[in-house]
Formats: sequence, structure tokens, C-alpha cells
Amino acid sequence: MIAAIEPTWYLLLASMLFGLGAFGLLVRRNPLIMFMCIELMLNAATLTFVAFATDLGDINGQTAVFFVMVVAAAEVVVGLGIIVSILRRRPGATADDLAELKG
Amino acid sequence: MTDTTFLEYVVFFSAAVMILGGAVGVITMKNPVHAALGLVLTLFGVAVQFVAMEAHFLAAVQVIVYAGAIVVLFLFVIMLLGVDQSMDLSIEPIPIQRPMAAIMGVGLVGLVGAAVVRARDASSINPGSGIATATDSGNNDANIQQLASNLYGDHVFAFQLTSVLLVVAVAGTVLLTRKWPREAPDVESSDA
Repeated sequence: MIAAIEPTWYLLLASMLFGLGAFGLLVRRNPLIMFMCIELMLNAATLTFVAFATDLGDINGQTAVFFVMVVAAAEVVVGLGIIVSILRRRPGATADDLAELKG
Repeated sequence: MTDTTFLEYVVFFSAAVMILGGAVGVITMKNPVHAALGLVLTLFGVAVQFVAMEAHFLAAVQVIVYAGAIVVLFLFVIMLLGVDQSMDLSIEPIPIQRPMAAIMGVGLVGLVGAAVVRARDASSINPGSGIATATDSGNNDANIQQLASNLYGDHVFAFQLTSVLLVVAVAGTVLLTRKWPREAPDVESSDA
């Protein structure tokens, strides 16, 4: 008889996913890839929310994940709009090239 | 019972491999299109974990909104900007950035993991009133019904505010990406 899966395992998995996202955000220079790494970190947070909701028996955790998804969708729309307007002005720009405000 | 537990193990670890493998793919792929596909793998793995935790509605929304809408938006922007060629990842802009970032990432996972393991046996401070699951109640719509009554009951004002947020986001993006006429570079002077 093997032990059942505990909520701790989901939390550990979410922490690994968050760490990978943070690492990728720091090492990659392409703004689009950095944005995808932010999505990875957001998904780690939602995984944590659902794990705790299941553990504590509280549906509010799942409702919070719903709101996180809505805000993530709005954030992606605005962020990609900014990236499009930056890269249209200076093609091939990386995050290191964007050191001043008025480009 | 043991068979069910064994199946849960198989689901958990295959989904964990999907999640972490997709995340590594996002970080290491040279081509942004391949990185977006790695992101799809991670998002599907998270959806599988949601199903395993009986959050069926969130799993559906995860696939539809994230893997459907958001990744398609990413791919659309990649194709629109024409940045779908491979980049040289051997260039390191700041010399010790990657080792430092690796130390930071490992330290972050170690700290959070240690806290999670230490708090494993802590008693739950404020347990909720319980989640109705399809397995226990026999009602296949139990999760979505409970979620709906919570969302449209306790959080209805926040739900209405999200519509304001979405309208602002759409209007702001149209404003940001619009090509303004040459003689009127400022927002104020052009929409007077």
C-alpha cells in the first residue's frame, strides 16, 4: 500500500515551476520569451491556489484562480501591445537595448 | 484502492514531467515558436493537475483561455513581428548573470520547498466549508455549481470589475499599437 498523493507534492511542483520561470526571466533577453516566463510563474501561483483550495476545502481558492486567469489575459493583451509597438520602432531589440524611455 | 492510488501516481508524475519539461523548453529553445510550444506543454500539464485535484471547470478554462487564446496571441505576435528565427544563446550580456540567476533560482526553490515541507504537518488554521467534488457527491456538475454560486454570490462585485478591466485593456492596447500620423506624434494633439 503506497501513500496517497499529498497537497505538499503539488506545492513542491509549483515551487519548481516558479523557480524555472524566475530563472528564465533573468537569463533570457528576448522580451517575448521573458513574457512567457512570467506566464510560467503565474501558472505556478494558480497551481498553489488550487492545491490549497483542495487541501483546506475552500472554494474561494478556485474563484481566486478564475480571477488570476482573467487578469493574466488582460496582462498578456497589454504587454504584447507594448512589445509590438517597441519592436515595430526598433526591430530585433532585446531587453538590454531598451535602456532609455523615449526611444 | 491501491490501483486508484497507483493511477493517481501515474497521472501526477506524467503531468509533472509535462510541466517541468515544458518550462525547460521555454527557457532553452532558441526559436520563439518552439518556446511557445513548450509553454503549451506546461499549460496542458497544469490543466491535468487541475483535473487530478477535481477542479474541472478551471481545467477547461485553462485549456480554452491559456492554451487556446493566450498562446495563439503569442504565436500571432511572433509571426507578425517576424522574430521567428533562431537566436544565438551563447552571448551572455552581463558576464556572471547566468550563474547568479541559477543560484537565485535554486535558492528560491530550496527556500520555498523547505517552508512547504516544514509546514506539512501544521494544522490548517481556517478550513473552509468543503468543496463538492464529482467523485464524492455523484453529481457531475458539483464543482461548477459550487464555483458559480461562490463567484456570483460572494464575489459578484469583483466579477463586474473584471469587465471594466478587460474593456480598459482592450482600449489601451488599441491606443498603444495604433500608428499615429507623422505630423501629430502626441496623443493630446491628434485626438482633439
